[in-house]
Amino acid sequence: MLNLIWTALMVIGVAVAAMTGRAGAVTDAAFQAGKVAIETIIGLAGLMALWMGLMKVAEKSGLMEGLAWLLRPIVRLLFPTLPGNHPAVGAILMNISANMLGLGSAATPMGLKAMQELQELNDEKETASEAMCTFLTLNTSSITLIPGTIIALRATYKSVNPAEVVGATLVASVVAGIFGILLDWLVRKYNRARGR
Amino acid sequence: MSLLDTLSLWTIPAMLALIPLWGYIRKVKVYDTFIEGAEEGLKVAVQIIPFLVAMMVALSVFRASGAMDLLARAINPVTARLGFPSEILPLMIVRPMSGAGALAVTADLLKIHHPDSYIGRLASIMQGSTDTTFYVLTVYFGAVGIRKVRYAAAVGLTADVVGFLAALWACNWFFR
Repeated sequence: MLNLIWTALMVIGVAVAAMTGRAGAVTDAAFQAGKVAIETIIGLAGLMALWMGLMKVAEKSGLMEGLAWLLRPIVRLLFPTLPGNHPAVGAILMNISANMLGLGSAATPMGLKAMQELQELNDEKETASEAMCTFLTLNTSSITLIPGTIIALRATYKSVNPAEVVGATLVASVVAGIFGILLDWLVRKYNRARGR
Repeated sequence: MSLLDTLSLWTIPAMLALIPLWGYIRKVKVYDTFIEGAEEGLKVAVQIIPFLVAMMVALSVFRASGAMDLLARAINPVTARLGFPSEILPLMIVRPMSGAGALAVTADLLKIHHPDSYIGRLASIMQGSTDTTFYVLTVYFGAVGIRKVRYAAAVGLTADVVGFLAALWACNWFFR
């Protein structure tokens, strides 16, 4: 899909340039953008190092476990088919906590472990179970406590207050997250009612 | 509202002080751990470079040729009715597919419009509050050999659309 979009941007761009007579502008823009990409990364790299460094300290000092403990009752409620002490619950909790803190590199291994545990409980090995669908919904519409990379990117482009979007981002992601969970719950009810 | 403003202002300073302090109390080797994480951060930054080059070049070509203006004029009746600036559309298309790709589109928007503009803020909030649905589906289901994803894709994408609308609403609420 991205292959198509990327090719379309390039081909349509050049085709329109042929019609508008802007071939020179396109050449300049393409070379300039390549340069800008690197300049962006030079600004961003230091801030990402700072952010991930801080988050590593948070992770090692038990902040993720603390968040997981807070979330446990909610997860129990969302996964009624899982036994309470099942290892999948622990993996799901750690994955969600890591996602909320923006720790992508810690979230993915935990998420994969959760999927493997859920697959153990799954009757049809090639079809997603209800618990898997709920878990994926939690993952794709996860709540963002602090959007670290965005703040770093905004600082790179000289925002007066890079962190000013924290509140709005939190609100928007909570709304989307609650909607996702409700939709998943509704679809599950609907499917069960129809015997699927 | 003012509480959330204070939260926005104090989030970073509070984290800079409290996370190391908390780590120190919990007997974490704070400095060594920070270095370890910072190294990961640099690796991620390097991994993003190809995505940035690809996306920023393609978007620049599209914009410089005048094609972006044509597209904006074509879709403006629809996006204006929903209340979206048409400039934000590329971000909405790429967001569910690629995290690094979407970050590159956001970088492009912040660069062109400035982070503190309406479009810059909206792009920041959208990028921060939604996720790469297709990527998560592919990686997680692929890892355990699930072929039939049932309703997961539809629910995830619907949640993305709601996330975009929520971002728009939150942006208007906070910054207008």
